[in-house]
Amino acid sequence: MAVKNLLEAVRETLHDALARDERVFIMGEDVGARGNVFLITKDFLEEFGSDRILDTPLAEASIVGVAIGAAMAGLRPIAEIQFADFIYPAFNQIVGEAAKIRYRSAGGNTCPLVIRTPYGGGVGGALSHSVSIEALFYHVPGLKVLAPSTPADAKGLLNAAIEDDDPVLFLEHKKTYRLIKGEVPSGNHTVPIGKADIARAGRDLSVITYGLMRHFAVQAAEELIKDGIDVEVLDLRSIRPMDRDAILTTATKTRKVLIVHEDNKFGGVGAEISAIIAEEALFELDAPVRRLCGPDVPAMGYSKVYEDAFMPSPERIAAAMRDLAAF
Amino acid sequence: MKSEPSVRETLPEGLTPERLRDMYYFMILTRVCDDRGFALNRQGKIPFAATCQGHEAIQVAAAFALRRGTDWIVPYYRDTCMALSFGVTPREQLMCLFARKGDIFSSGRQFPNHYSVPDRHIASISSIIAAHVTHAVGMALAHKMRKEESVVLTSFGEGSTSEGEWHEALNFAGIHKLPIVFLCENNEYAISVPQSMQMAVKNVADRAVAYGLPGVICDGTDPIASYVTVREAVERARAGGGATLVEAKCYRAMSHTTDDNQLTYRTPDEIEAAKKRDPVPRFEAWLADRGYLDERSAAELKARALAEVNEATDWAELQPLPTPEDLYTHVYAEGPLS
Amino acid sequence: MAKVTMPQLGETVTEGTVGRWLKKKGEAIAKYEPLLEVETDKVASEIPSPFGGIVGEILVQEGDTVPVGAVVCEIIETGAGSAGGNAGAQTAAPSSHSTAGASSASAAAAAPSRISSAPPAQANGVRYSPAVRKLAREHQLDLGGLTGTGRAGRITARDVVKAVESGASVRLSPSASSAITSPSARPHGSAPSPSAAVIAHAGEDDTIIRLSPMRKTIAERMVQAATTIPHAWCMMEADVTELSRWRDREKAAFKAREGVNLTYLPIVVQAVCRALKENPLVNSAWGGDHVIQRKHVNVGIAIDVEEGLVVPVVRDADRLSLAGLAQSISELVDKARRRRLTMPDLSDGTITVDNTGALGNIASVPIINPPQAAIITMEAVVKRPWVVNDAIAIRSIMNLCLCLDHRVLDGAVASRFLSSVKKTLEAYP
Repeated sequence: MAVKNLLEAVRETLHDALARDERVFIMGEDVGARGNVFLITKDFLEEFGSDRILDTPLAEASIVGVAIGAAMAGLRPIAEIQFADFIYPAFNQIVGEAAKIRYRSAGGNTCPLVIRTPYGGGVGGALSHSVSIEALFYHVPGLKVLAPSTPADAKGLLNAAIEDDDPVLFLEHKKTYRLIKGEVPSGNHTVPIGKADIARAGRDLSVITYGLMRHFAVQAAEELIKDGIDVEVLDLRSIRPMDRDAILTTATKTRKVLIVHEDNKFGGVGAEISAIIAEEALFELDAPVRRLCGPDVPAMGYSKVYEDAFMPSPERIAAAMRDLAAF
Repeated sequence: MKSEPSVRETLPEGLTPERLRDMYYFMILTRVCDDRGFALNRQGKIPFAATCQGHEAIQVAAAFALRRGTDWIVPYYRDTCMALSFGVTPREQLMCLFARKGDIFSSGRQFPNHYSVPDRHIASISSIIAAHVTHAVGMALAHKMRKEESVVLTSFGEGSTSEGEWHEALNFAGIHKLPIVFLCENNEYAISVPQSMQMAVKNVADRAVAYGLPGVICDGTDPIASYVTVREAVERARAGGGATLVEAKCYRAMSHTTDDNQLTYRTPDEIEAAKKRDPVPRFEAWLADRGYLDERSAAELKARALAEVNEATDWAELQPLPTPEDLYTHVYAEGPLS
Repeated sequence: MAKVTMPQLGETVTEGTVGRWLKKKGEAIAKYEPLLEVETDKVASEIPSPFGGIVGEILVQEGDTVPVGAVVCEIIETGAGSAGGNAGAQTAAPSSHSTAGASSASAAAAAPSRISSAPPAQANGVRYSPAVRKLAREHQLDLGGLTGTGRAGRITARDVVKAVESGASVRLSPSASSAITSPSARPHGSAPSPSAAVIAHAGEDDTIIRLSPMRKTIAERMVQAATTIPHAWCMMEADVTELSRWRDREKAAFKAREGVNLTYLPIVVQAVCRALKENPLVNSAWGGDHVIQRKHVNVGIAIDVEEGLVVPVVRDADRLSLAGLAQSISELVDKARRRRLTMPDLSDGTITVDNTGALGNIASVPIINPPQAAIITMEAVVKRPWVVNDAIAIRSIMNLCLCLDHRVLDGAVASRFLSSVKKTLEAYP
């Protein structure tokens, strides 16, 4: 297996999907000659032509809306929102339309659409190039929300998303693009949607997380093992559908749960995880469920000070782990 | 069936006396369905109905200007006549009014007139104004990418043209010269708000220039003029000439829906005057003047439409309701997931 | 010596490759003058020097890739120190800006405060987590014997698991484990519950008998009495030969007259009542920091019933005749056997008489029925060789045993009381 960073894994997966399936096409801002602002679609225009690598007007509602129409007409569009922060104009199309098309037509129409977007902070992205958006969308039945954290999962889940018959919001953490490297299986590797991954097995407490925070949590866990604290890290990978079984299994196993995400705390993904545990595993718990999340401010600022204060870091995660372990 | 014509003229391409009588039939069939919806609501049998009275001419004309089985329509919730003219049956129409489980559009989930009939090339819409216009563009994009002959016609009211997504859709279609017809059924009101409060331009068609599209206007209460205009746009799209914005000027002859009272924003005089623009008697006279329809056959067609709608009403009312379990179907391909 | 680090050329870039050095070691360089070319997977660009001075060691060779923030070369600064200081600050920023693990110390220090670290309210094992309760129940474990390793000594689930694995735990009987499932039911500091005692656990062929409410009450009260009252015991022998003869003579007529049997019990109760008149302190109760001497004489009668022992009370027994006592006792026994005793029947006893002799005993050490101060038993009437006027005779002897609350009474008063009872019995007819 080749070692690739996450960006290369996404690029390879998109490339192979375009080559494999003529229904697949990419549309978004700067995906053509520029090859996407992170160079994910670099050279695609030359290889696949302007019909399938479509530079769109700067209008997110229609990027998604047009992709929905193409999906309803039998294509497999991959729409790109350049930064997750720009997705709000398309909210109606994603939530009000794409997620409801199968339901509202009693299965008569379907919307096999992938919306890819880079999200998250830690890269100096300021207020409008750093947000996490998963909590706004994982609430919505009819929509799937994925947030892979490793290159292999990025490939496997992106392939699964492209093959899926329902709309999928595919979140790529910007900081993982080049930071995270790993072996990527060749060929049409897929990872099932809705299955979490045990990033690190442990027995003293569980961290449930996803995205960049998976790596920070594993890093923190490797620190704590030096002190004999053995932490299990569960990477959700799929935020909706959410792997309830994996959540309950790890909560029951270690009896202490720390939820870590970069997105704002209030009403975030951690709230749902906590509720699942409270509803179904209360009597297995040895400590209250804890959450270490981004603070409830609109976004992280441009200043490095703001960013550092906002983002959960390996050190903070380690401190939270120690605190829970000592409970 | 024929009487001595008082007017002699050549019919537009694609229309025959037989097709004209079919158009007339769909107009009166729609009128009966429309009245039936309001009647059922007033009887307390259904919670809600919308009307298309005043729009029948442009709707039937648009449906007839398209190629059935090839072209697609992405209509809006006021397009009863377009849908009936494009293959929807009175039984199907009544099933959606009654929200029965067997309602093929949505199994009783959506408001009436939110059609979804893929096998007859009618795409699903929501009630969100203008949200479907970008979908129509995406469908046209797919047709173009696959080099198919299909043209997409999407319709909406003039109020829709205030929505940002509407502008995005026309802009996109203009850039890519997509095979699509944007049909604005301008009935002068968006619920209660008149056109003058909706836009500063006189005609919706004037907006087309901003997107590099032809913007054309027709009398939406005249089926023949409407047919000619829409057909030209459809065939231009099919020939690779790109999109057209057609503005059909018509009038909404009733309240917005069963939940609205037009007297709160329109005067009785205005409503009375609008009745003179009713496309149904006007078309009937037009056909009679040209010898395509006599009084007896007009009466026969009306009786047939009424019988058909009566039968559909009685039948649909007896069909089973959805069950609470049906709430959980069609959330995802795999079923409901959490 | 100032250090030049690999800059971050783009939001997501984590490493850079040195393309070409534009200055060699020893060359002079002005601040902002191009120093090297760096290539990343996003861009290639000339990097202006952050310092002015002489190029020192080149630490990364052309073509080599290093993480953002790595030192690539050194510059021996010349000129104004303040400029160098500023430049240093500028280079410091990107280095901490880059890698995942290098968040600032201040941020890390502030972090724990975001999570509540308040000690749990259940310090000292009074409250347990759901997992701890569940494990204790599953393993029949007495948590009182465990040492908690959690915050403020909290017993953690792991502590319970370890105890189970080590096998060193104290186990609960199944029924008593209810004390675990509702640990807050009893206010902390109240009298110990039965579960605090050493507890047996059932073997494979043992039968587990569930506690009836009466059994539970008896158990709790006996533990309370036995562990809180300092018991002292004494016994006297009463020669009831004449009493026995009298009773034999009178019992038929008594039965006919009063409708109840003439047994020894009312006779002893009457003797107790008389003895209390002489020794009223025995009719008392412990009041914590005082003694309460009761005015009423309410004699509890211990009665065996199927489920256990009940002690109904003959109220104002000192005011009743022998026949009245016999009737009252007969009624109470009847009510007890038919389970018709009411709370008033069982309340307000001031002393208890226990007819242990009915079961054949000749000596007993009864437990005081709190809050009374004494309990007296009447043992079996046994014919024994007895010295009478320096000759051995066969006499009917009844032993009288007394347990007293030593907080309230001492041996002297107790003995006087017991002696008084004995005298009364021996004085018949």
